[in-house]
Amino acid sequence: MKKAERIGGNVASYVDDRTGAAKWLRKNLTKVFPDHWSFMLGEIVLYSFVILLLSGTFLTFWFDPSQREVVYEGSYEPLQDIKMSAAYASALHISFDVRGGLLMRQIHHWSALLFMAGMIAHLMRVFFTGAFRKPREANWLIGVGLVTLGIVEGFLGYSLPDDLLSGTGVRIAEAIIQALPVVGSYLAFFAFGGAFPGEAFIPRIYTVHVLLLPAAFLALITIHLMLVWYQKHTQYPGPGRTEKNVVGYPLMPIYMAKAGGFFFIVFGVTALLGALASINPIWLYGPYNPGQVSAGSQPDFYMGWLDGLVRMFPPLESYVLGYTISWNILIPGLIIPGILFTLMALYPFIESWMTGDKSEHHLLDRPRNNPNRTAIGAMSLSFVLVTLINGGNDLLATHFDLTINQIMWFSRIGVIVIPPLVFVITKRICLSLQRADREKVLHGRETGRLVMLPHGEFVEIHEELTPAEKFTLTQHLQPKALVVPDTDANGVKNPQGIKGKIRARFSQAHVEQIPAPTESEAKALGSGHH
Amino acid sequence: MSNEIQKFQDPGLPEHVHRKTDVDPKAADRAERQVSILFVLSALSTALAIYAYVFISDEIFFFLPIMGDTNAHQLFLGLGMAFSLLFIGLGLVHWAKNLMPDTEVIAERHEFRSPDEDRADFVRTVKEQAGAAGLGRRSLIKRTLGLALGASALTPIVLLRDLGPLPGKELEKTSWKTGTRLVTDPGDRPIRPEDLEVGAVAQVLPELEPGKVRHLYDIAKDAVLLIRLRPSEFQLDAERLSWTYDGIIAFSKICSHMGCAVALYEQQTKHLLCPCHQSTFDVTRAAKVIFGPAARPLPQLAITVDSDGNLVAQRPFNEPVGPSFWERSS
Repeated sequence: MKKAERIGGNVASYVDDRTGAAKWLRKNLTKVFPDHWSFMLGEIVLYSFVILLLSGTFLTFWFDPSQREVVYEGSYEPLQDIKMSAAYASALHISFDVRGGLLMRQIHHWSALLFMAGMIAHLMRVFFTGAFRKPREANWLIGVGLVTLGIVEGFLGYSLPDDLLSGTGVRIAEAIIQALPVVGSYLAFFAFGGAFPGEAFIPRIYTVHVLLLPAAFLALITIHLMLVWYQKHTQYPGPGRTEKNVVGYPLMPIYMAKAGGFFFIVFGVTALLGALASINPIWLYGPYNPGQVSAGSQPDFYMGWLDGLVRMFPPLESYVLGYTISWNILIPGLIIPGILFTLMALYPFIESWMTGDKSEHHLLDRPRNNPNRTAIGAMSLSFVLVTLINGGNDLLATHFDLTINQIMWFSRIGVIVIPPLVFVITKRICLSLQRADREKVLHGRETGRLVMLPHGEFVEIHEELTPAEKFTLTQHLQPKALVVPDTDANGVKNPQGIKGKIRARFSQAHVEQIPAPTESEAKALGSGHH
Repeated sequence: MSNEIQKFQDPGLPEHVHRKTDVDPKAADRAERQVSILFVLSALSTALAIYAYVFISDEIFFFLPIMGDTNAHQLFLGLGMAFSLLFIGLGLVHWAKNLMPDTEVIAERHEFRSPDEDRADFVRTVKEQAGAAGLGRRSLIKRTLGLALGASALTPIVLLRDLGPLPGKELEKTSWKTGTRLVTDPGDRPIRPEDLEVGAVAQVLPELEPGKVRHLYDIAKDAVLLIRLRPSEFQLDAERLSWTYDGIIAFSKICSHMGCAVALYEQQTKHLLCPCHQSTFDVTRAAKVIFGPAARPLPQLAITVDSDGNLVAQRPFNEPVGPSFWERSS
């Protein structure tokens, strides 16, 4: 221990002699972070990003992003002497003739999926616990930006090998660009350097995939983390936890070891997937040819919901004054996703407008204690889930012996009917859970132990909660609805107009809650004879 | 009882519960050994990865349940790498959880809003400095600066102009001309009506002019599907019927929705299905859309036979093939 302490002291002095940062470093090295499994979701995303940078760099050493035509002469026999792009040939070379190449390709693809899945899970955690509220709106916006860029980056990434499956995806992207009113065919010709597929697209998206977007990710992630650091992490409610403190463990040594260890675990799990679970076996698809396609063409899951929307949209096209507007592409491919992402990005501001809440929040909500928000989240998820199901309608049809028509009609009706239903049901469930909490606080926990009283009556023993549990279940805020004055000071009727009325209606929906039990109520009930 | 409502009080942070490793030195030593064992296992896994990289041939396959035929080189290299990482991670976490202090610490949080005084000072400074720069008064500067900034953004956009040629009429043309022979894809052999049995499908392309090469962007517009039915099965008007030859009908293979190859033909129902978005076209009714998101039928190519008995195009397509675009007139 003596030696370690001496070395530690020397390092600290060395650094401070050259930076004068002793005070700042001491404060930050012992910075406190709260502990909860759901706080690790964002960590998974960060570590996946590092894994993507490492494995991606490895792949660039052999990948040739060129659409020039070559004849394959590598060791994968079924494709020998077949004409293909240099990009596809080099992807095959990495898979079959570079030792560890296939492993790295699979690690890269798996970590990309983990990156996206982690972001979505992290986003859901932040949404359902209300972590986006003031002062963290900016970080929510950055997060939504990262998800959006992640979808693009993932799409570009799996388009690079130029196999039959990914080429078909690029064809669809081209059709979306081409469908844009007025400028569509121009943009498509600029993007592809001429008619589809051309020879320019893969080299161009390669630059975007390995340089432009990773740089954007790095910048956004850095700001995201700096804000988390500066604003301090949110925490779940509980005894001793308030809006004015953070309860947890210091960065050094606990979180250095835990977070560092977790990085290796995430990398290890990704490597395990890469070693055991085959993903995107491009050699089975063959090189891209616009005259061919494979059955069961599926994008990765984060694109699947978009594809499902496109699949379910009715065949609408307008022909106006000799020009064509493809609603069947524009609405599901651009307009609906655009509206969804805009609403998602603006949600913190929408909620604060609805509730009139302008105060800082550092304690998280339990999802049940904010039924309206939880219901909005569940509703949005159910929408995306229905479209995602439809995105796999061909596979579902073959696996479950259904017809495409059945699934398509289920989705077309479901996408409109299911989300409102989910909203109502979720809100009811949240309120019921609040009632259950209330019961538990006032009457104790059911133990399942039945006791026969001397006069023959059977009662179940209820165990009283600890003070800590009672506090945790009752500490949440119970805001009041905004009230619109009928007349203002000068006697003008309804001074806030229709906007005020709408806002008051939203606010009313948002504060719907079961009153949390209070100590006074508990006392009034007496203790434990129920 | 008073009428004042009293909420449940915060009992404060629960007391720290000692772990076994905190109180029992033997347990702590055991935990230390466990951590070390995990690190040693990691090193052994790295050795396995290097051994697999150097010594296990990539030609050895063996059967594993669930996974099927598995490449030994790839598997052991991957497992070695995965476990070398996993064990480091598990070791670190085990160390942190059992041997590092686990007392919860409370750090104070401060409201971000500055004291009113500082705030007012800040706002005043911003106003004063903005005023000093004349931002409010000198509107000519503001407007011309806006113009200059806006205009300077045009240069990078203009610079992107040479990314590609202008589309012109390119999207509306294909290589099919009057009398172009249909050739098989792959193979580039002329095709005769008797080569196709009733119920058969063939993918064809326009015959290449001598000295020309076929590019993928040609195929993206030229690919055509030939389908042979019994002539009595068609439900076509006289004009469209005259575009078929002896029960053989030809459609653009490029989907009118988003341009995928419409490759799935269902012989029983005589439907063509696009695997991308399941648009379904009825072959007997000139590829009318009967299901899915496509808004237009597949363009039909008028075909006949030449004097040698080979199938040829009567004339070019009478409409653009592939997905819609703004300038498309119908």
